[in-house]
Amino acid sequence: MFSKTLHISTSPHIRKGLSTDTIMQNVVWAMMPVVIFAVFSFGINAFLVIATAVISSVLTEHALCKWSKKESTISDWSAVITGILLGLTLPPIFPLWMTFLGGVFSVAVGKFVFGGLGYNLFNPALVGRAFLQAAFPVAITTWQSAFLDGRFFNITSSVLAFPFAAPKVDGISGATPLSAFKFDHVVTDTSDLALGLVSGSTGETSAVIIILGGIYLIARKMMNWRIPASILSTVFVLSGILYLIDDKIYPSPLFMLFSGGLMLGAVFMATDMVGSPITPLGVVIYGFFIGLLIVVIRVWGGLPEGVMYAILFGNALTPQIDNFIRPRVYGTKKIKS
Amino acid sequence: MKDSFKHGVHPPENKEETNKLPIRQFTFAPLIILPMQQHIGAPSKIIVREGQEVARGQLLAVADGYMSVPMHSPVSGTIRKISKVPVISGQMTEGIYLEPFPSSGQEVSEGSPVSLDASPEEILKGIQDAGIVGLGGAAFPTHVKLKIPDGKSCEFLIINGIECEPYLTTDHRVMLEQADDIFMGIRYLLKSTGAKEVIIGIEANKQDAADLLTQKIPAGMSVTVKVVPVKYPQGAEKMLITSLLGKEVPSGGLPIDVHAVVVNVATTAEIGRLLPHGQGIQERVITISGPGVKKKGNYLIPIGTPLRYVLEQVGAADNISEVYMGGPMMGVAVSNLDISITKGTSGIIVFGEQDVSKTDKIFPCIKCGACVDACPISLNPSKLGILAKAEAYETMADDFHLMDCFECGSCSFVCPSNIPLVQYFRLSKSILRKRKTAKPAAANV
Ligand code: SF4
Ligand code: SF4
Repeated sequence: MFSKTLHISTSPHIRKGLSTDTIMQNVVWAMMPVVIFAVFSFGINAFLVIATAVISSVLTEHALCKWSKKESTISDWSAVITGILLGLTLPPIFPLWMTFLGGVFSVAVGKFVFGGLGYNLFNPALVGRAFLQAAFPVAITTWQSAFLDGRFFNITSSVLAFPFAAPKVDGISGATPLSAFKFDHVVTDTSDLALGLVSGSTGETSAVIIILGGIYLIARKMMNWRIPASILSTVFVLSGILYLIDDKIYPSPLFMLFSGGLMLGAVFMATDMVGSPITPLGVVIYGFFIGLLIVVIRVWGGLPEGVMYAILFGNALTPQIDNFIRPRVYGTKKIKS
Repeated sequence: MKDSFKHGVHPPENKEETNKLPIRQFTFAPLIILPMQQHIGAPSKIIVREGQEVARGQLLAVADGYMSVPMHSPVSGTIRKISKVPVISGQMTEGIYLEPFPSSGQEVSEGSPVSLDASPEEILKGIQDAGIVGLGGAAFPTHVKLKIPDGKSCEFLIINGIECEPYLTTDHRVMLEQADDIFMGIRYLLKSTGAKEVIIGIEANKQDAADLLTQKIPAGMSVTVKVVPVKYPQGAEKMLITSLLGKEVPSGGLPIDVHAVVVNVATTAEIGRLLPHGQGIQERVITISGPGVKKKGNYLIPIGTPLRYVLEQVGAADNISEVYMGGPMMGVAVSNLDISITKGTSGIIVFGEQDVSKTDKIFPCIKCGACVDACPISLNPSKLGILAKAEAYETMADDFHLMDCFECGSCSFVCPSNIPLVQYFRLSKSILRKRKTAKPAAANV
């Protein structure tokens, strides 16, 4: 009897059963509606951009693992998330070769050089996006209007532009609500913004769909609700104060909440666990700084949009916040720091 | 005052399969194996010889000093061999092989009783003579724990009936079936500690036990039964003190620093049962459960019964692949079925091959914070884990309170990356302890 060799493990012998790859997978599912809406509103261009970003991120991850003679980590799904996020932050008519380069940069520089998943300081997709912004400032601010006829069949020529050929800027670019406000002081209707009937990056236009994805993840306890809550309420309160001071110069708080990449950033990027603080109080502070910076950049900065830089700044602050905010340990009086 | 400690986790309880089953007497195994190291401290010293016939309850080994307890014979029989016996750690230690007489009965030889009028010292001595150790699993000699250090005073006697480990229902059954022994034990404990208040702490999933004990409080005894929320590790001494008294035991300190002494409820019952007759521990209640056994239940099993025999009797599946002594959160995995039941064995949990998840793949720490939200003493297990990997043990202890970790396992339980955090912390602590003892020795050279 009892012929089998007993399996030895150390305590605890039971696990809650939620694993890292499951969390990552669910983040991907939660972003799918955003992707589908992007393709629905911007057509085949958006599909090609997002697909290219995912393919290049995953290929880069796989190749780098092989190159460093480690087991491939693409099955943890984190490279897929990076790819989708990168794709969602790019204009729908962004040239594919640039997109591909962005994916390579995201994974190689944003993650791999730090030591892979868990060790990266910054959100890899934002590192790639920042690189593209610096390298291709014109292409990354060339937008496509939403819901163009024939968008499901016609690939805009710039999308297929040959690498390093100067992309021809097509005449269909539509200004984003934020740049329209910033440079021409045109205010877009908030309900258009919330529903995504406007121009913008592939995935940042429908706030409602993004929020639904966030609610799904929060309900499944796979996302820290404090982060979007802290960012959004900071932006709302600060811009609300400015709006009360002078509603001619400053945009309304609702416009601020629903325009640009704020919703996408607050829900899917700032919440990247690796780059955000580990304590409940820490993430609230982190969210506050991100919100503050978004308002500052949008209102006083030279750029129409500041979400990307604000989150990268938040990522950079995270180690400091974690070092500083240490909950009092049971049975001790003072907090060591 | 909050009614519970901070954080903690909620593992599936899995108690419903055994918590309604009364305690049943287990049969005697054909051979009893008694290691002399069943408790924390010095092993007991054997005073019998090979070939000698002994009676149930007879003293087989005496305490080797203060930090030790004696050992009594769990059966009437013949000492077959005195040699090394296997124990759960994988090592061999001094022990006795005892062959019961075919007709060994349940009657136990009596010693000299300890009366309730005895002095605190005499009661502590009686507890030591009875071979009593913490039955909750720690197996720390109870008389040492009950000794109030000079200059300290005990105000609260806390009886721990929490049993927060999943599967285990021994304390639950003891409370339902041995209330009189428990209150007798409390009388002795009140006498020896000088406590003014008695609080019996019980988790909300054992309301029936709380009701029964409340009913049975003897007239004139001031005892409060307090029901606390179900949450792991509610049964950890420090957590229970916080839940019941709203105080924190200082880091590195003991319950007595907040004027409390905590005693497990089954240990209390054992004191109440044994001391009036001057007897020693011969058996204990053990929950046998888990998907790998058929006859789950709460059994009164003689100390020294071989694990293999126990598993055969309860119809364990042939393909069992994991066996734990204790609960699944803090229990120890068994590698060898030839070890035996000891005084500290509170449960035997068995998993068959099909019940064990294949491989828990380990991912890097994704800083999800789940461990931080779980740790009952507010450590940062994520940071500690990273430091352990970097072998920065001193930083772990000096800046991140490693030594306060009591290895409850909550952090590993929730970690989605399956990082063996507790294992890291155990290793780090033992390395640090070795370094500490190595240093002064080196300085002497
Ligand atoms: S094992 Fe230690 S670090 Fe982990 S939760 Fe328990 S006390 Fe905290
Ligand atoms: S639970 Fe695991 S993955 Fe999450 S922060 Fe803690 S150690 Fe890291």
